[in-house]
Amino acid sequence: MTSISPTINLSPKVSDEVRKTTCYMCACRCGINVHMKDGEVAYIEGNRDHPVNKGVLCAKGSAGIMQHNAPSRLRAPLKRVGPRGSGQFEEISWDEALDIAAGWLAPLRETDPSKLAFFTGRDQSQSFTSFWAQNFGTPNYAAHGGFCSVNMAAAGIYTMGGAFWEFGQPDWDRTKLFMLFGVAEDHDSNPIKMGIGRLKAQGGRIIGVNPIRTGYNAVADEWVGITPGTDGLFILALVHELLKAGKIDLEYLAQFTNAPVLVNSDPASPEHGLFLRNDAGQPLVMDRSTGEPAPFDQPGVRPDMAAVWEKDGVVHRPVMHLLAERYLSAEYGPDAVAGRCGVAADRIRDIAAELARVAFDEAFELPIAWTDFRGTRHTSMKGRPVSFHAMRGISAHSNGFQTCRSLHLLQILLGTVEVPGGFRFKPPYPKPVSAHPKPHYGVQAGKPLDGPHLGFVRGPEDLALKEDGTPARIDKAFTWENPMSSHGLMHMVISNAHAGDPYKIDTLFMYMANMSWNSTMNTSGVMNMLTDKDEHGAYVIPHIIYSDAYSSEMVAYADLILPDTTYLERHDCISLLDRPICEADAAADAIRWPVVEPDRDVRGFQTVLVQLANKMQLPGFTNADGSAKYEDYADYIVNHERKPGIGPLAGWRMNGNETSHGRGAPNLEQINRYIENGGFFVSHIPEDCAYMKPWNAGYQDWAVEMGLYDAPQPYIFDVYVETMRKFQLAAEGNGARQPPDHLRARIRETLDPLPIWYPPFEDSHVSEDNYPVHALTQRPMAMYHSWGTQNAWLRQIHGRNPLYVPTAIWQANGFAEGDWASVTSVHGSITVPVAHMAALNSNTVWTWNAIGKRKGAWALSEDATEATKGFLLNHLIHELLPPKGDGLRWANSDPVTGQAAWFDLRVRIEKARPQAEAQPAFDKLGSPVGVGPDTLTWKVKS
Amino acid sequence: MTTLPKSTEKQLGLVIDLDTCVGCHACVVSCKGWNTENYGAPLADLDAYGADPVGTFLNRVHSYEVEPETGPAQLIHFPKSCLHCEDAPCVTVCPTGASYKRVEDGIVLVNEDQCIGCGLCAWACPYGARELDGAEKVMKKCTLCVDRIYNENLPEEDRVPACVRTCPAGARHFGDLSDPSSDVSQLVRERDGMDLMPEQGTKPANKYLPPRPKDKISVESGQGEIPQLTPVAEEAKGFVGWLDRMLDKI
Amino acid sequence: MHPAPSVILFTTLSGLGFGLLFWLGLGFPPVKGWAAFGYFTLAYLLSVGGLLASVFHLGRPERALRAFTQWRSSWLSREGVCSVAALLTMAIYGAGLVFLGQNWTILGVIGAGLSLATVFTTGMIYAQLKTVPRWNTWVTPVLFLAFSISGGSLLAGQGTVTLILLLVTAGILLFWWQIGDGAMGASGSNLGTATGLGSIGRVTQFEAPHTGRNYLLNEFAFEVGRKQAAKLRVIALVAGFAVPTVCLLLPVSVFGLGIAAVAHFIGVAASRWLFFAEAEHVTAIYYGKAGAV
Ligand SMILES: Nc1nc2c(c(=O)[nH]1)N[C@H]1C(S)=C(S)[C@@H](COP(=O)(O)OP(=O)(O)OC[C@H]3O[C@@H](n4cnc5c(=O)[nH]c(N)nc54)[C@H](O)[C@@H]3O)O[C@H]1N2
Ligand SMILES: Nc1nc2c(c(=O)[nH]1)N[C@H]1C(S)=C(S)[C@@H](COP(=O)(O)OP(=O)(O)OC[C@H]3O[C@@H](n4cnc5c(=O)[nH]c(N)nc54)[C@H](O)[C@@H]3O)O[C@H]1N2
Ligand code: SF4
Ligand code: SF4
Ligand code: SF4
Ligand code: SF4
Ligand code: SF4
Ligand SMILES: [Mo]
Repeated sequence: MTSISPTINLSPKVSDEVRKTTCYMCACRCGINVHMKDGEVAYIEGNRDHPVNKGVLCAKGSAGIMQHNAPSRLRAPLKRVGPRGSGQFEEISWDEALDIAAGWLAPLRETDPSKLAFFTGRDQSQSFTSFWAQNFGTPNYAAHGGFCSVNMAAAGIYTMGGAFWEFGQPDWDRTKLFMLFGVAEDHDSNPIKMGIGRLKAQGGRIIGVNPIRTGYNAVADEWVGITPGTDGLFILALVHELLKAGKIDLEYLAQFTNAPVLVNSDPASPEHGLFLRNDAGQPLVMDRSTGEPAPFDQPGVRPDMAAVWEKDGVVHRPVMHLLAERYLSAEYGPDAVAGRCGVAADRIRDIAAELARVAFDEAFELPIAWTDFRGTRHTSMKGRPVSFHAMRGISAHSNGFQTCRSLHLLQILLGTVEVPGGFRFKPPYPKPVSAHPKPHYGVQAGKPLDGPHLGFVRGPEDLALKEDGTPARIDKAFTWENPMSSHGLMHMVISNAHAGDPYKIDTLFMYMANMSWNSTMNTSGVMNMLTDKDEHGAYVIPHIIYSDAYSSEMVAYADLILPDTTYLERHDCISLLDRPICEADAAADAIRWPVVEPDRDVRGFQTVLVQLANKMQLPGFTNADGSAKYEDYADYIVNHERKPGIGPLAGWRMNGNETSHGRGAPNLEQINRYIENGGFFVSHIPEDCAYMKPWNAGYQDWAVEMGLYDAPQPYIFDVYVETMRKFQLAAEGNGARQPPDHLRARIRETLDPLPIWYPPFEDSHVSEDNYPVHALTQRPMAMYHSWGTQNAWLRQIHGRNPLYVPTAIWQANGFAEGDWASVTSVHGSITVPVAHMAALNSNTVWTWNAIGKRKGAWALSEDATEATKGFLLNHLIHELLPPKGDGLRWANSDPVTGQAAWFDLRVRIEKARPQAEAQPAFDKLGSPVGVGPDTLTWKVKS
Repeated sequence: MTTLPKSTEKQLGLVIDLDTCVGCHACVVSCKGWNTENYGAPLADLDAYGADPVGTFLNRVHSYEVEPETGPAQLIHFPKSCLHCEDAPCVTVCPTGASYKRVEDGIVLVNEDQCIGCGLCAWACPYGARELDGAEKVMKKCTLCVDRIYNENLPEEDRVPACVRTCPAGARHFGDLSDPSSDVSQLVRERDGMDLMPEQGTKPANKYLPPRPKDKISVESGQGEIPQLTPVAEEAKGFVGWLDRMLDKI
Repeated sequence: MHPAPSVILFTTLSGLGFGLLFWLGLGFPPVKGWAAFGYFTLAYLLSVGGLLASVFHLGRPERALRAFTQWRSSWLSREGVCSVAALLTMAIYGAGLVFLGQNWTILGVIGAGLSLATVFTTGMIYAQLKTVPRWNTWVTPVLFLAFSISGGSLLAGQGTVTLILLLVTAGILLFWWQIGDGAMGASGSNLGTATGLGSIGRVTQFEAPHTGRNYLLNEFAFEVGRKQAAKLRVIALVAGFAVPTVCLLLPVSVFGLGIAAVAHFIGVAASRWLFFAEAEHVTAIYYGKAGAV
């Protein structure tokens, strides 16, 4: 007999209501549809209309329901009752919590605001938190960029007014060859996956440059299993081949970059290496039509990259000459670098040839007419379907800034930036350095800071140094040690505060950074610094205030905990003033709003900051009559104006009694408009402005209209970065501000205005024989740092992390499944489980990042695998390099930006006896929340 | 009722692109979320926050390495859920009739009210596509989101499986594999879609698109002159020579 | 496969029980009255006990009755139907012997047939599974039948016949092991066919889908050491066959029979434990186990 299927309900009710807000499981900030049943969150899916994710959702996003309901959620403000690090707290009221905080902070503000260090890790509201810090008056503010990827951001902005990170993207619809350096996941998580999918569907190809072949690199058509830290060499070898073959876009270089700009070539001059400028200070180029020097942007000028300018017996040469001369030299040739990179010379040539083939043989024209900043009208746009993307794999090295610069040089030589098929900026980028603020550090008791903390230095004169030449900031950002540290150095704050170097602070106020665990180097050292006492038995860091939403490792190390809501319970604003969610074709911003009310005594952290500001009557938060400007964060989002007409949100502002976008007066209904629109606002860039943005007059005008700029900001790309040359000049003895002698040589070598490669510092500080192996971490796509672990669904996917070992090392050590190994760096040793991996650089080991957890944290049982088998590499990484006999401890960071050099790590690996627990093992933390329930059968019955 | 239908009106299923799957597990979790809240009992997690969590999942993503004769090792992310086999052994072994294949669309389902949790269907499935729920003690499996794909409470474009809707890389395709003209059938033809364990004779509906050939450009290596890289000037003339030749390019 | 005690107990006990019923149905030993009562009680304790054990193996025992509905397609269902039919028929037949001193031969023969049928269906439940190559052979039901008939005849005290049957059964068991050891290899399933990636090169597992355990691993990824297996095989042969044979060769004594029976039971149980523990499921291949490479 044939079967008759039983009748089942094919149209069950899905939910009572869908509430659209923004995901917070990572910084990608996708749009989500939250399905509600009986007022509870029943199911979360992607929002199809949203510019970022267009309906898709990653594993973390879909698991948001488990995050929102996690048993690890903090329930009320906490006051420490046991010793720091014990995790013993008592729950207190918000009034008491705010009194305590204000009681510590207000006196600092009146006496010396710099005694407060306010650092905000995974902050998605930096324009607000920095505004708060600025009004408090402390120079000691930054988010996590310094230990994250400042090399990527700074190198991009200094070179081309925009970066990879989530600030730009390949032209996915048109690119045919996509080259990816050092990316496992990135912030643009879903867009990159969607792009790769689309690229492949169109028959496009991917080259993945990565020591490890997982994820994106697993689907890459070509895998380059490079040796960590050598990408700069590899890239400059590609540059060498392309130059040699003349496969570079001369037109593009001449028109849109400073390749033709004349460089002062007089060795005797104090301006040697700086640009020749006219009296108006405009850089000069040789004009082909006149044969005379002319300002680069003069209408009709035809910059000549070949000509030189002879003046007073000195032959001044354009950047192009210096560039070609350097990279044509044999030391940059494939044969010279192959061994060091672990990439065969032929392979390098093949890849260079492929780049050339696609960029030039597959070039195309888009019939889009546009006018450039020189007033020249173009009837079409030239497309070059090669695009690049890169992230921490090249930035998290001590040579990362120059490596990122090298990559930008490569794509600029190919003429693939901001052209159809190439790499495109997302608003508010492109934005030249000149449009960014400089760092501010002017402290006055009882007064706001004299300007925004972070910015882009233009030369030694902008360094954050006091009269006596000592660092003005606790993290020593913008000092000779790392002059261009645009994101600050969060990873140095605790050790500097503990050492009282450059000065002592009173209160360390942190938000959303698990600094006693996975976000810090030298983890056990940091735990000691946080708990260390002085000779009087007082804590060396007197006060620690921390805001977290969950029972993380860091909670135990604070004196006062300000418990945050979950992302579904509060107002947030993803602002164009901040790290926005724009696409290359559109400007966009978004909000979060309480789709459910908290069932605990918790408050959104930004609202708490507003309340603190009101208590202390901080200027930016207080009206002339002393009354509070803002009641809470939602109020601030709607009513705050950074400049007249420019607020946190660009959508639905008021123009008279019309709503208008971009510029406009506050609109009390703004948040409701956003909610009606699905939680976001998007404004599309006109078609003829979608490419060539830095030079496209049309785009410039649109950007001014949108409030991205106050006036058009056309500029040319800086393949040669004059600012860096200024630091070199200082190091050579020129100028008033002089670096300390021990840094002169390093500045001269590393701040080269043209991209260079030098070995990662750890290589020169430790013996490569004792520590022959590179050790790395990768982001698991289904985990977000430490906080995915509290998620009952995600932790089943990544509940422990083996150390992956390549075949050669696996065999050499006679490893077998289930074995353990001790992994030793110059700084420390860990003993962990190992597993074999074939698709791995033969001299590299790695593990998934931040899976290891401390016993007692995250509402997990004490014997959870994360705490017994999971581990961190952080114990092996130190914020300082080992002494090398010069009496100094050099920072384990990039000498240009201070970027933490996570991936310089070198280790030795030996077989070890099987362990009951991964080592080092720490004792259990007290938990303010206890352990989660045993069995979950999650269903909102209705 | 657990005899298989002689034929089904349609054969819905998934086509999974191994060339595109980045192994992000998005499909795994969206599946968990949808099916916990919808069809039948919730997918339980035992010892959810403890040392030994065991949860029910209807879709899991494996990862394999493949070492070719020549060239570097490859890594393939490999999602797997019920393949809705035409010749489904999991159906015929069922003693209660709880396990059945729908005549309308070929979806293989478990009627949870009739299931006695004997586990035999899971034993009969070669692909590990069935999991006995730890709390409800009935058999769970991929429903092909039968409660989505026809659901009038969902907008038209959302009437696809949760895992397909969410896949960021677009590596999962849903459709009628019995209709040669359907998009999925065409994909399978163009990309040589394959069956898993054909030797088991289950005739799976779901098909897998093999990864495209990898690491090929270096094949031309060592064969001398690469056209794209012909030097503009002989090495001898050095930088100056290069400059002259580049000049007349502008 | 995970050697679940309930299933081992079930197949062992019910095998012996139905074996004994088979002999009783054919009128061996020719008993009536109290003697008959004794034999039938033993037979029912074993078979019904076994069936109960199998019910505990279910996730939802309270719904067990549903298992009778699918006899058309499902061997498990057929087993249920046969067992009940056998038990009922033999109950009537037994009542005749015990209370009325009547021997309804035809009924007995039918009952005997149904008892064997039950054992056969049990064997077929495993033999039908292509997913477990070691089981997927016609020898499996034969082995179940042989165990049942020989064990039954031992309990029914069928002297020399038992000796021969034990020998035959041991032979079949050895043969079954023999072919079983090569079965996974012969099945042609490996990671290459499981993933379809075999044509590219050698396939190995990089990462399991989850670091946490799951139902599939618990059920299918049971692995038993070579040494341990060898040891158990010896125990199965010695306890299950050698010892009973010796006992039977010695002058007949209730005590001797007792030992023979107990030893045989242990032997069969051991072989049943191996029956599951040594059986590899193709699903385990996806987890880098069984015939993975
Ligand atoms: N070995 C190694 N270490 C690394 C890295 C690496 O690659 N390798 N990467 C580095 C990088 S780039 C980064 S960015 C850091 C990231 O490391 P962290 O900055 O520590 O980031 P998370 O671990 O995600 O968690 C930060 C804290 O935010 C809390 N939190 C989560 N949601 C909320 C909320 O809504 N409100 C509040 N108030 N708190 C919340 C979490 O509970 C957690 O305690 O790690 C760094 N550490
Ligand atoms: N799912 C998920 N997404 C996240 C996060 C998360 O925790 N989980 N974290 C977010 C954060 S804070 C950040 S900063 C971004 C970071 O995003 P990614 O930049 O992707 O960060 P990582 O995971 O550290 O990946 C670094 C990659 O570089 C490779 N690599 C290391 N050294 C080298 C090298 O010398 N050369 C080359 N070519 N490659 C190298 C590593 O193998 C790894 O694949 O991800 C964000 N997105
Ligand atoms: S990428 Fe995933 S976690 Fe991040 S915002 Fe988007 S959906 Fe959320
Ligand atoms: S969601 Fe798509 S890309 Fe991610 S694992 Fe599943 S199939 Fe692969
Ligand atoms: S995959 Fe397994 S469960 Fe699904 S139909 Fe085929 S045999 Fe049955
Ligand atoms: S577990 Fe349920 S569905 Fe599977 S065979 Fe047994 S009764 Fe049928
Ligand atoms: S079709 Fe539905 S049930 Fe099946 S794997 Fe996808 S989401 Fe899960
Ligand atoms: Mo980061």
